[in-house]
Amino acid sequence: MSELPLRAQLAAALGKGAASLSRATGRGDGSVIGGRVALKVEPDLLAKLARGRRLTLVSATNGKTTTTRLIAAALRELGEIATNEHGANMPTGHITALANSPDARIGVLEVDEKYLPQVLRETNASVVVLMNLSRDQMDRASEINLLAKKWREALQKSETHVIANADDPLVAWAGLGARYATWVSAGQRWKEDSWCCPECGGHLKRDPDPHWECPECGLRRPEATWAVDNATDSVVDPNDQRMPLQLNLPGDANRANAAIALATAAAYGIHPKQSLPRLREIHSVAGRYTSVVTNGVEVRLLLAKNPAGWLESFAVLDPPRVPVILSVNAQIPDGKDTSWLWDVDYTVLRGRRVFVMGERRTDLALRLETDEVPFEIADRVDQVIAGLKSEQPDLTKLDVIANYTAFQQIRTAYGRVQ
Amino acid sequence: MSDTSSRLRIVWIYPDLLSTYGDRGNVLILRRRAELRGIATEIVHVHSSDAVPVEGDIYLLGGGEDRPQILAAERLRADGGLKRAAERGAAVLAICAGYQIIGESYGDDADNPLPGVGILDVRSGRGETRAVGEIVADVDPNLGVGRITGFENHQGRTAIGPNAVPLSRTVRGIGNDGQTEGAYQGQVLGTYLHGPALPRNPELADLLLRWRVGAIPPLPPSWGERLHEERLAAAL
Ligand SMILES: [Zn+2]
Repeated sequence: MSELPLRAQLAAALGKGAASLSRATGRGDGSVIGGRVALKVEPDLLAKLARGRRLTLVSATNGKTTTTRLIAAALRELGEIATNEHGANMPTGHITALANSPDARIGVLEVDEKYLPQVLRETNASVVVLMNLSRDQMDRASEINLLAKKWREALQKSETHVIANADDPLVAWAGLGARYATWVSAGQRWKEDSWCCPECGGHLKRDPDPHWECPECGLRRPEATWAVDNATDSVVDPNDQRMPLQLNLPGDANRANAAIALATAAAYGIHPKQSLPRLREIHSVAGRYTSVVTNGVEVRLLLAKNPAGWLESFAVLDPPRVPVILSVNAQIPDGKDTSWLWDVDYTVLRGRRVFVMGERRTDLALRLETDEVPFEIADRVDQVIAGLKSEQPDLTKLDVIANYTAFQQIRTAYGRVQ
Repeated sequence: MSDTSSRLRIVWIYPDLLSTYGDRGNVLILRRRAELRGIATEIVHVHSSDAVPVEGDIYLLGGGEDRPQILAAERLRADGGLKRAAERGAAVLAICAGYQIIGESYGDDADNPLPGVGILDVRSGRGETRAVGEIVADVDPNLGVGRITGFENHQGRTAIGPNAVPLSRTVRGIGNDGQTEGAYQGQVLGTYLHGPALPRNPELADLLLRWRVGAIPPLPPSWGERLHEERLAAAL
């Protein structure tokens, strides 16, 4: 990184110092504070650090941390990778990630949806990966139509290669702004934010799934060259080669993430046959999908931050009747507003033993009562396990679905499992 | 109830355009509180490309982003069904962006006034600040609803004309202007309590039911009443 101007070198060094200090004092993993110090000294630092590297930016409402991890794993085939794998997804986190790997010629950066236009402009990234857009963080102005419009405009102004989910109309409309695109049919379970045409507001015709088109203005799903086949757990590449996925991460959402990662690696010249074994090595991402065994029970932790995430979590619940704990908080990282609970359909939980926990369990209780799902109120995971074990000594599995801070509380109780 | 059906027809207007913050909760709670009293219901989803039926009992409009809000207002004005339904005495609950567009006028993202559906005598524009957080308000005593609680998240400010009445006086939060929250005119009601306003306020749900079916027996208290108490205690 000797080509970096002196001031930027100094800024990067100062940032690293602050990051180690932050880690040493136990105030965080250092990825944000380091970048913040460095930006004060050199405002163009991100652009300077990005220069001369082939970067991929990854953005979406859900799955960006996992997909970033998958893409980085695949690209390690080519050597060292700069990446923000702790999920610090704003420019300060990007600066830290790039400064920490000065020799990496390739980088994969998870980017917060709102920052994507700015980060694309500053880094001039070669690839932008877009997966999905849906309602999130209800107490903020989460205007996803506006966000899609900003993505589209940023892509129109760039030379970047977009790799995007053709099945999500908002994402596809944004991606259609780019000059170069690879379309992946990655599926879309949550459709409640994309019944209307992003171009004209007409009611989209979405049948047969995953096809969609607007009968009023003619906007339609772009033809995909990659496709996920959930029924057979496989992916089909542009040469019509079908390959089994066999991931260690559960669910359709992770098959979608993996297909996008394979398409991205292919854009870097790596064949899916080389990437796939690397993707299969990943079992959990920042504690998500982790299982902890306690009192003879395998407890699986699923993070679900918004309605689309809850729907995906319901889809991976262990069959047939593993008990499930739902836990909801409404602290600042979760969003202070729990209205989204009403956007999720809980009727799929009927017939299963359900426990509700967390600071907003009364909201959950009313929600489940309304969907006629019987439930029990709980305080802690270990109490639920002890109670269940006394009734059902052969119990072996329990699933937990929680939103952000509720998830972190449970994860901490089990020793910050990775 | 409507003359053509023995069921209570709950019409959800444009869930594809206006359904941002758990608006579905209002449909579910109305149906549940009606059916617990033996009143059969029928839920009608009206998409943005559908005509709005005139013979519904309770019409629901949810919240939405700026652009979908404008598209919804244009389509509702061109369609005319909601206005005719309101003139026939249907009950209407309009939330947030929906509240603004059933008024006489509302502001677009640059605060240029645009014409509304015109079934509630209010005019909305954009405020300097965004109103975000828990809101508590005392409803007009004539409606027999008491104190309501909810979450607001909007930049709108709403002035109430002579033909409409403020729904409530704010105890906490902004609502229309920091003084009052929501408005009603006959059986047309608008509020900034976004999303699940009815789940969080069972009495408000019962008001809409009473408007259409007359006196209804009380229900034994359940989680809705507990949540109402809990949120009031948390907000004050
Ligand atoms: Zn269209």
